[in-house]
Amino acid sequence: MIDPVLTTRGLRKTFGAKVAVADLSLSVGRGEVFGFLGPNGAGKTTSLKMLLGLVAPSGGEATVLGAPLGDVRARAKIGFLPEHFRFQDWLTGRELLRFHGRLYGLKGARLEARIEMLLARVDLLDAAGREVKGYSKGMLQRIGLAQALLNEPELVFLDEPTSGLDPLGRRLVREVIREARAGGTTVFLNSHLLGEVEATCDRVAFVKEGRVVREGMIAPDGSCEVEIKHAGVLPSGVLEALGRLGENPYPDGPGIVRLRAAGDAAVPEIARLLVERGVPLLGLSARRPSLEDQFLEIMGDDGRPG
Amino acid sequence: MSAILTIADSTLREAGKKRVLLASLLFGSAFLALFTVGLTLIQRDMMSHGASLLERRMMYTFVGMAGLYVANFLVVMTAIFMPVDTLSGEIATGILQTVASKPVRRSSIVLGKWIAYAVVLAGYLALMAGGTIVAGRIVTGFTPPGIAIGLPLMALEALVLLTLSIAAGTRLSTLAGGVTVFGLYGLAFLGGWFEQIGTILGNGAARYLGTIASLLMPSESMWQRAAWFMQTPIVRDLHMSPFSPASLPSEAMVAWAVGYVVAVLGFAVYSFGRRPL
Repeated sequence: MIDPVLTTRGLRKTFGAKVAVADLSLSVGRGEVFGFLGPNGAGKTTSLKMLLGLVAPSGGEATVLGAPLGDVRARAKIGFLPEHFRFQDWLTGRELLRFHGRLYGLKGARLEARIEMLLARVDLLDAAGREVKGYSKGMLQRIGLAQALLNEPELVFLDEPTSGLDPLGRRLVREVIREARAGGTTVFLNSHLLGEVEATCDRVAFVKEGRVVREGMIAPDGSCEVEIKHAGVLPSGVLEALGRLGENPYPDGPGIVRLRAAGDAAVPEIARLLVERGVPLLGLSARRPSLEDQFLEIMGDDGRPG
Repeated sequence: MSAILTIADSTLREAGKKRVLLASLLFGSAFLALFTVGLTLIQRDMMSHGASLLERRMMYTFVGMAGLYVANFLVVMTAIFMPVDTLSGEIATGILQTVASKPVRRSSIVLGKWIAYAVVLAGYLALMAGGTIVAGRIVTGFTPPGIAIGLPLMALEALVLLTLSIAAGTRLSTLAGGVTVFGLYGLAFLGGWFEQIGTILGNGAARYLGTIASLLMPSESMWQRAAWFMQTPIVRDLHMSPFSPASLPSEAMVAWAVGYVVAVLGFAVYSFGRRPL
């Protein structure tokens, strides 16, 4: 993967005898909207807390924005919205943002301008002078989203950002995520609302029992994920050539390359290219399963509703 | 430094909203009013009975020390219970997740909160002890001696309890933390009395028991030393009031208390730095 902002290898967390995260190995590229999926109790929130430096790992390695976990300078470029956003409820919405902005080291006119811009963006300008203890759940999620974006982060972690939001609120969050992505922010989205993930994410990882059991791209309208199986080493220049037929081709283990193609029609062209370049092709498949199909397939029938 | 000040500023504002501070202020005001009225009645009575200057001084010292004792107790309760949930409560509710994920060292969070509550306690001590002294001065014209030494010692006692309360919050729930620190205060209180009684009776074992309790928790010994300085020599040396310590805690105990605050604060920083949030 080119320019990863987040890489983990064998990240592990145990609480006594209980294994919360068994082996988290994943990589997130700059500018991606990355979905982190799994059933309740799969270790998603603990993983996220480790990446934010809130919980120390029991083992493994990880870097976030090129720095070790918990690095204070890296955290200046990170935003975070926890699943249950809690706050000093005696503050007004504007004061809450000012407090968190100061923690980012922002001050003066720059901070005030950023606060007003974000309040307008999450549609809370009219409520900004009220104490947040009077906010509805949806308003709290929106003010929480605003605090996560105060520092114009390079990487933002959103833990169930649409939880408690009505359809209008969910749409607003989707728009904010798209705007953040367009501005170059990498979004790490932890959610169990598969429709939301499908609508916003470029790539997802499925987590089960504290392990990443599958990573893959999300297919936009009509697009599909193409999997190429080949023997030997891929000749040089093939990945770049594949990039002209689809998006973001990347090796996914030995002898496997994945990319996203605009539709099934790209598959014969990919096959032709590989043959022309002398790639010993073992298999070529395109699939367009829904995220829910994938989720249920991966989690198996033993999964109990959370 | 700016993060410490931001946390301190927020904590100060939060402290102002806490009901425990409001309760402390209400009870403190009631106490000051009662003290002033009571002292006025005693003053009138002594004057009408033609009490001598020595008798009046002894009575003012006794009543003044009783007032300072209550002021000290109110400060102690505030030092234990006002900050006890500042970390444990915010850990339990998850408020600290968004704070600690910012570019802020965990030590800054602990130090910011400690500074804020130290400021609040200093203000409360000034109000309670200062109010007692000023009321006594206005009513009787008498000012206790040694307040320049006594009041800082009372402040040090409050700092010991404040620091323990914050340190407890890094590992214990709010309730468990409050009970633990209050229990330690009780231990020191009892130990202090054993030390005094042991000294009077010449019982070395009881005295050493008290000293050990003071080493474990040097709060009561700071009050004993403050009380010794804030009484007139005749009342103090003849042990004419229950506030006259038979055994004066040494300067080394003061140094121990200062080191105790530094060490416990260091533990709080260390412990909170490793606490999963």
